[in-house]
Amino acid sequence: MKGVELLQTLIIGAAIGGTPVGSMLVQIISFIILLALLGKFAWKPLMKVMQDRQEFISSEIDAAEQSRKDAEAAAKTAAEELKKTRAEAHAIIEEARKAGQQQEEQIIAIARREAERLKDAAVEDIANEKEKAMQALQAQVASLSVQIASKIIEKEITSDDQDKLISDYVKELER
Amino acid sequence: MNHESPMWNDAFGIEWLDFNLSTSLMTIISSIIVFIICVMGSRRLQQRPGKFQNVMEMIVDFVKGVVGGSMDWKTGKHFLPLGLTLFMYILVSNMLGVVVMGVSSDHTLWWKSPTSDAVTTLTLSLMVVLLSHFAGIRMHGMKHYLKGYVKPIPFMLPLNLIEEVANVLTLGLRLFGNIFAGEILLSLIGESLAFSAPPYTTILAVIPMVAWQAFSLFIGAIQAYIFIVLTMVYMSHKVSKDH
Repeated sequence: MKGVELLQTLIIGAAIGGTPVGSMLVQIISFIILLALLGKFAWKPLMKVMQDRQEFISSEIDAAEQSRKDAEAAAKTAAEELKKTRAEAHAIIEEARKAGQQQEEQIIAIARREAERLKDAAVEDIANEKEKAMQALQAQVASLSVQIASKIIEKEITSDDQDKLISDYVKELER
Repeated sequence: MNHESPMWNDAFGIEWLDFNLSTSLMTIISSIIVFIICVMGSRRLQQRPGKFQNVMEMIVDFVKGVVGGSMDWKTGKHFLPLGLTLFMYILVSNMLGVVVMGVSSDHTLWWKSPTSDAVTTLTLSLMVVLLSHFAGIRMHGMKHYLKGYVKPIPFMLPLNLIEEVANVLTLGLRLFGNIFAGEILLSLIGESLAFSAPPYTTILAVIPMVAWQAFSLFIGAIQAYIFIVLTMVYMSHKVSKDH
């Protein structure tokens, strides 16, 4: 009996006597208001944030890709530069060494030449001096011998000697 | 068990204006709850989302998937706010009657799911179908819209007309039926079974109660999903160029 009653209630409850237009209006109006408010205060900012994030991520990916490429290029350039610099340094060192060697040889040659020249000059000087000395000596020797001779002749020649000298001289003449 | 709806007939002396007060009340409560949840969820939005924002974004993505599944995104994006609001509204409405059960006074049921009233669901489905017609006219013009009724052959005209009416009825009554049945069973367990031989049956009633509440929550979520899927399908019928 109770079951039948229950069923009746259910059916009557479901059937809904008449159409409550007012409820429908409340429903529609409140839903439209909800739609408008949520659209403005919830969905729009939410979707904007999501969109922004998407754009941010994609731009970040682009930027990362770009910086990776840049870094790669920079590393390549740096390696090339390093290689070039190394070669250059090598060349400079080599050149310096060569120049040093050359300079060394040059200096040695100059020094040798200078020494030679100095030696020659000295030899020449010595010879000149010797010559001069000889000439001076000769002049002195002549005058000195004359003086000596005259002195000897003045003092030493006695009458005997003179006689002898004369006689010798005469003898020579006789021959 | 003999619950009645609090009616306010001939409001303001207007003959056709009847209010089902509990339905209207629950509609408004449900709207307010949805509004609070959604606005709280989309406050202080950040690039790095917090928990609440994450949940909201998941819902947005979910509905986006539903919309994208039935039409291309270029036209679909206009319906995303509608789909989101419908989903949240129906979901919350379905939950209300399950979470808090049968607040009533003098055999008058005040607290229930607004979707357990056929008026609510039929209003929603009618609104959605009318919106789809409106959107169809707006997008492709009246000529294309009217042509849709005689496709693929003019003979199909009556069937197409019936389909439009049937869409409203099936969409609304499916939701109503599921939720209404769920609440009826809940109140049967909670009142008729629990009070048939207290206190034993009261304790015993907890088990089916919990089970059925869980099932009702599941049904409520599924029905909200089905509602927006069908909404988007009807929309796409009217909106897409080729069907």
